[in-house]
Amino acid sequence: MAQSSEKLPRPLGLLAELTHRCPLACPYCSNPLQLDKRGDELDTATWARVFGEAARLGVIQVHLSGGEPAARRDLVEIMAAAHQAGLYTNLITSAVGLRPETFSALVDAGLDHVQISIQDSDAHSADHIAGYEGAFERKRALAAAVVARKVPLTVNAVMHRANIDHVSDMVELALSLGASRVEIAHVQYYGWALPNRAMLMPTREQVDLAVAAVEELRTRHHGAIVIDAVVPDYYARFPKPCVGGWGRRSLNITPSGKVLPCHAAESLPDLEFWSVRDRSLADIWISSPAFQAFRGTSWMQEPCASCPRREQDFGGCRCQAFALTGDARATDPVCHLSPHHAMVAELAAVRTEAAYIYRR
Amino acid sequence: MSEATATIAADARPRLPHGVRLVHNEAQGGLVLLAPERVFKPDAIAAEILKRCTGEASFGQIVDDLAATFSAPRDRVLTDVTALLRSLADKKLLEL
Repeated sequence: MAQSSEKLPRPLGLLAELTHRCPLACPYCSNPLQLDKRGDELDTATWARVFGEAARLGVIQVHLSGGEPAARRDLVEIMAAAHQAGLYTNLITSAVGLRPETFSALVDAGLDHVQISIQDSDAHSADHIAGYEGAFERKRALAAAVVARKVPLTVNAVMHRANIDHVSDMVELALSLGASRVEIAHVQYYGWALPNRAMLMPTREQVDLAVAAVEELRTRHHGAIVIDAVVPDYYARFPKPCVGGWGRRSLNITPSGKVLPCHAAESLPDLEFWSVRDRSLADIWISSPAFQAFRGTSWMQEPCASCPRREQDFGGCRCQAFALTGDARATDPVCHLSPHHAMVAELAAVRTEAAYIYRR
Repeated sequence: MSEATATIAADARPRLPHGVRLVHNEAQGGLVLLAPERVFKPDAIAAEILKRCTGEASFGQIVDDLAATFSAPRDRVLTDVTALLRSLADKKLLEL
């Protein structure tokens, strides 16, 4: 049943993947396995046009991401265009390749916030995970520069089997760097993380300890740092409300201009994505087949269709449902109500100490 | 969290830190508080309080102003504004 009477929501956030190029090689990278090429990237003027369209559509925050956004030589112009469109600008960076003078120019042009990924609290381990010698020190240096310019800093700590036992040290590190916020983001198994799942998956015991540690850290550092934690959903009872509901709060633009409801949406079969090269962002948000596919609740099957939580978690993640069950309309199997739920525990139990498949 | 930190000095000058902005957004239907990777839609009362947190007025002046503007008992305003500002400060959305 179409939900034409329902008021179409307006997006709040835009994830702008400026490039897939990145010096780091993290094995859990959320980029697709098939990376966009440099020659296919949108140019500065197109990004500027899109930011204006986004602001008129209701978007208030833009996350400049990648890949490593600093791999774009026009990063400052792109950021300035977003700022001039009235958007709150958030730079999501690995810190590698972002030169001090570029960072300074970004702040001068109105950058609002910086998020730096840190792979571990220990330099040697962090560089091993990132597949890049010396990355950790670059991150420390950029964090110091961010704090010196009084720009708020978030540390993004992606957690998995090799570093999950260091969760307290990660929070302490974020505090010592002067971050006002830290994201404890357990790996989500899409993109490069899916083929690396057996190498990255923590044990149930590790997850339980980490969750308890985060609770304790929140109490201890209340008022000093905000700790946001993304639950590791292979060990959850209910699924996450992925992207706050499909086509409801956010959108994602790939380096080559395709507009996606979430960054992993290209892994789903038979979805037609429209490009900002051909159409306005408003047209795409409202009418593109990909955005309409799973918007609202009318696409749902049981047990989602009659579930009292259907507008709370929206059936979980479409990409995960497809990756694990082969049916993009299925209940996300991390939900204990899914007929496929037992499979999740079986998959989580598959672990190997084999080398990472690095993103290259 | 303790009682000692639950009060706010009358001469504190609450202000939004760098990276936190209160803006009017037509498409989202009113004032929104923008913060690092978070967006809040303040209710009418919170919006009146936030508009006054410019770093110029002291906390005491803000409470006086709100009590006068809304003809409300000052004690009650003091309690409500303290609770809101303390909670925003704990979330790094306000500097006291």
